[in-house]
Amino acid sequence: MTGRDPRPVRCAIIGTGNIGSDLMEKVLRSDRLELCAVVGIDPESDGLARARAHGIPASHEGLDWLLARPELPAIAFEATSAAVHAAGAPRLEDAGIAAVDLTPAAVGAPVVPSVNLDDHLDTPNINMITCAGQATVPIVAAIASVADVRYAEIVATIASRSAGPGTRANIDEFTETTAQALIDVGGATMGKAIIVLNPADPPILMRDTVYAALPDGSDLDAVSDAIERQVDEVSQFVPGYRLKQEVLFVEGTFDTPGGPAETCCTVLLEVTGAGDYLPTYAGNLDIMTAAALRVGERLAEHLAASGATR
Amino acid sequence: MTRICFTDSCLRDGSHTVRHRFTAEQVRTIAAGLDAGGVSVIEVSHGDGLGGSSFNYGFSAVPERDLIAAAVDSAPDATIAALLLPGIGTVRDLHVASELGVGMVRIATHCTEADIAAQHIHVGRDLGLEVVGFLMMSHMVHPGPLADQAVLMESYGAQTVYVVDSAGALVPDTVRQRVLALREALEPGTHVGFHAHDNLGAAVANTLAAIDEGATCVDGSLGGLGAGAGNLATEAFAAVAERSGIETGLDVLSLTSSAEATLELLGVRPGRTRDSLLLGYAGVYSSFLLHTDRVARRFGLDPADVLIELGHRRVVGGQEDMIVDVAAELAAARIGAESG
Repeated sequence: MTGRDPRPVRCAIIGTGNIGSDLMEKVLRSDRLELCAVVGIDPESDGLARARAHGIPASHEGLDWLLARPELPAIAFEATSAAVHAAGAPRLEDAGIAAVDLTPAAVGAPVVPSVNLDDHLDTPNINMITCAGQATVPIVAAIASVADVRYAEIVATIASRSAGPGTRANIDEFTETTAQALIDVGGATMGKAIIVLNPADPPILMRDTVYAALPDGSDLDAVSDAIERQVDEVSQFVPGYRLKQEVLFVEGTFDTPGGPAETCCTVLLEVTGAGDYLPTYAGNLDIMTAAALRVGERLAEHLAASGATR
Repeated sequence: MTRICFTDSCLRDGSHTVRHRFTAEQVRTIAAGLDAGGVSVIEVSHGDGLGGSSFNYGFSAVPERDLIAAAVDSAPDATIAALLLPGIGTVRDLHVASELGVGMVRIATHCTEADIAAQHIHVGRDLGLEVVGFLMMSHMVHPGPLADQAVLMESYGAQTVYVVDSAGALVPDTVRQRVLALREALEPGTHVGFHAHDNLGAAVANTLAAIDEGATCVDGSLGGLGAGAGNLATEAFAAVAERSGIETGLDVLSLTSSAEATLELLGVRPGRTRDSLLLGYAGVYSSFLLHTDRVARRFGLDPADVLIELGHRRVVGGQEDMIVDVAAELAAARIGAESG
């Protein structure tokens, strides 16, 4: 935060499902962002009703309606689906609106706030990867900052009830986008992502496990320290993010896709949601929307500093 | 009575038994034996399906595409099938399998999550493959909701839907209720299948009960190789079916020799143990057995305690990372109790 004029920057949310609705609650609390529009496609959606109840202009006529508004937002949060965002991204860019994409469309630069946000403040489209990416890429990046990660693998388990139709229809995009981010943002040589849905009732908290293949001679104390520091950093904006167990190192012979490894570093994480829209079990939503909010606020600061606010 | 379409899963479910160390040569020998024994479908994949090679489930010694190619090559008559779990494998893996000559794909989800399979079932059909929907851990839901999920899979294009007893937790009555519910809910042209694990020693009885209620597709595994206490032994089923007047096309004597040769070739003897019985009793995914044994030893715990706790937490297939988590917690609690 700078001490300068904190005049909030105008933003919109596209998509009124679970993610859009959860993000709306967070944006409404922000003093850096002003929510000027919410758009969806379903006139009956709960998200649109909530937006109107907050006095926010809202429409079910999608991007067309938003782009026809007399005053456009500077930032649009996209919370629809990969296919919808792939189609809408060029139109947002042409309109000069910075896109913060919460779908796994992977159109823009993949960003994890605690790792590489400041490298991408001038890119027209920022991709928030996936909830699993937001939970696990920081850990891989932390390990890679002190060791050679030839292969990183993550398993994300989420409560069935917190996986909306978008996630369900996009499950391949979800795993592929997450795996790519382990490499591109996390710094691993090879990556794999697995997602599991668990229907238990009461619903389980979001769990993420990170496995990293480390070569002989890696400084394991440095790896543990880097992971713990990173968990502290992420939990600054996702308070429910925590290490479930101490960092584990298992010795063995592992034929990983990145080559043979002698040590498997295992990091067990749990994410309790803030309970903004869905209950606290939906840590997957919370980490995604909290990370997107962080990006939006940082973009707002950056736009304000460069005088580019609308 | 309709002829049963029999699928042998020893080169997929049996992959768990050998910790995913199958070689192409072993696959050739086993697939040739199954083909000669009259098996209609031979499933070949990592135990957790295409793309299953991982820290979480165990790395394959040989890339599964090489194993699939070896099977296609060695089984002139049988259809080669591959398993895919959405969330682990992707549509990309389906394309690769199809190019290798796979004729059937089985798309598996937890028994309440059929809708994550829509994409993969559609692509399987578009590739001209026979597509089977595989509802895992079927013991965890009542027959009605299970049938609803089967109807979803059918609506995406699945030509067969299986009741999959991944935990080996079902008994003949509970199998009957589920197979009957699917049979009544699905179109007459859609097949119902049943996949057994022998954790409670009920694989043969369960499979006969399923057939009695209208299942026309059943799974087994040569030598009973498979997760937990293993699957229905193919050669045992062949013999029981023949004595029961169930037409399968399986050759009992050929398969008994192949089974014996396979167990010798691999140096394993699957069978029921205390812990595999507990899998069935606690309702835990069968492939957790060997992972739990390894992890429990590392933490100085009794695997039985870990398995029972996993059952309490209603962990589902794919959550192998929970084994370490639960073991670490139990170990910490024990230390706490000793020092307190």
